[in-house]
Amino acid sequence: MRFTESQIERYSRHIILKQVGVKGQEKILDAKVLIIGAGGLGSPAALYLAAAGVGQIGIVDQDVVEISNLQRQVIHFTPDIGKKKVESAREKINQINPDVKVTTYFDRVNAENILQIINDYDFIIDGTDNFSAKFLINDACVFAKKPFSHGGILRFQGQTLTFTPDSTCYRCIFDQPPPKGSVPTCSQAGILGAVAGILGTIQASEALKYIVGIGELLTNKLLTFDALNMEFRTINLKRNSNCPICGVNPVITKLQDYEQPVCDLKR
Amino acid sequence: MVIMVNGQKTEFKEEVLKIPELLEKIKIDSPDMVTVEVNGEIIYKASYPTFVIKDGDSIEFLYFMGGGANGDRI
Repeated sequence: MRFTESQIERYSRHIILKQVGVKGQEKILDAKVLIIGAGGLGSPAALYLAAAGVGQIGIVDQDVVEISNLQRQVIHFTPDIGKKKVESAREKINQINPDVKVTTYFDRVNAENILQIINDYDFIIDGTDNFSAKFLINDACVFAKKPFSHGGILRFQGQTLTFTPDSTCYRCIFDQPPPKGSVPTCSQAGILGAVAGILGTIQASEALKYIVGIGELLTNKLLTFDALNMEFRTINLKRNSNCPICGVNPVITKLQDYEQPVCDLKR
Repeated sequence: MVIMVNGQKTEFKEEVLKIPELLEKIKIDSPDMVTVEVNGEIIYKASYPTFVIKDGDSIEFLYFMGGGANGDRI
């Protein structure tokens, strides 16, 4: 038994779960999870993973906290406005749980840096806000054979899938980013803050299940929900033989950056 | 024909429909933002104009979801 008394108390509600137990909690303490984006999805994911005792949490984000973030990005508080999100997140994680070692990357993932960043981690959470990053994370994780959780939210809806090597990837569903101008972020933007919380928390649960090795992951499935009628659906998926990255004849053999759609409500 | 659309039984007077016709009939908001799964197989956009939907098929519309508020940021 390697736990201190205070750790046994802290994690007692995990340890008494027979599917987790002492062994599972040890795996959590030894795990390394990377959260890309400390926003609406990354905030709840980081809070729960920190509370769970994930040994190392990496956070990638190049933004500073703005007042309009606070409606949903629950790891950042009002006095954090103007602070780097990665620093704000690190402070909260340290306060929740001193067992967690936090590594921050004040940067955006791109085709040059992503493989090196994800290399150190066991599981990756996509909490990003744009398709360019979502495709890049998928491609990098397919190449590096790293498991990750995809998350997307819009208005009252959310969707998530979990990738593990050899399961259906994001490009099996969406072969390429939507055409420019069609992304409904400008005219139809908006998100109920709590919807981001639901989805980020599902992503954290997937990471913990993967780490402990229990249950069934959302692999080869897309979970979608609509908070307006609180309907959850799981759509079964299978790998697409035409997938440009993991199909029979892959045409994507190296990472690429897509141009990001320009859209800012403040303008 | 009767097909399942996102788990709901849906009837059309046509005997078959190509995917763009179906998207039109169902009045999908942003057709560019949707991928169609037919009987468990994902159909990429390039095949939409020729892919035929027929009686008994099960269709799922899968949407691109990226960001929410504040431009394209989540």
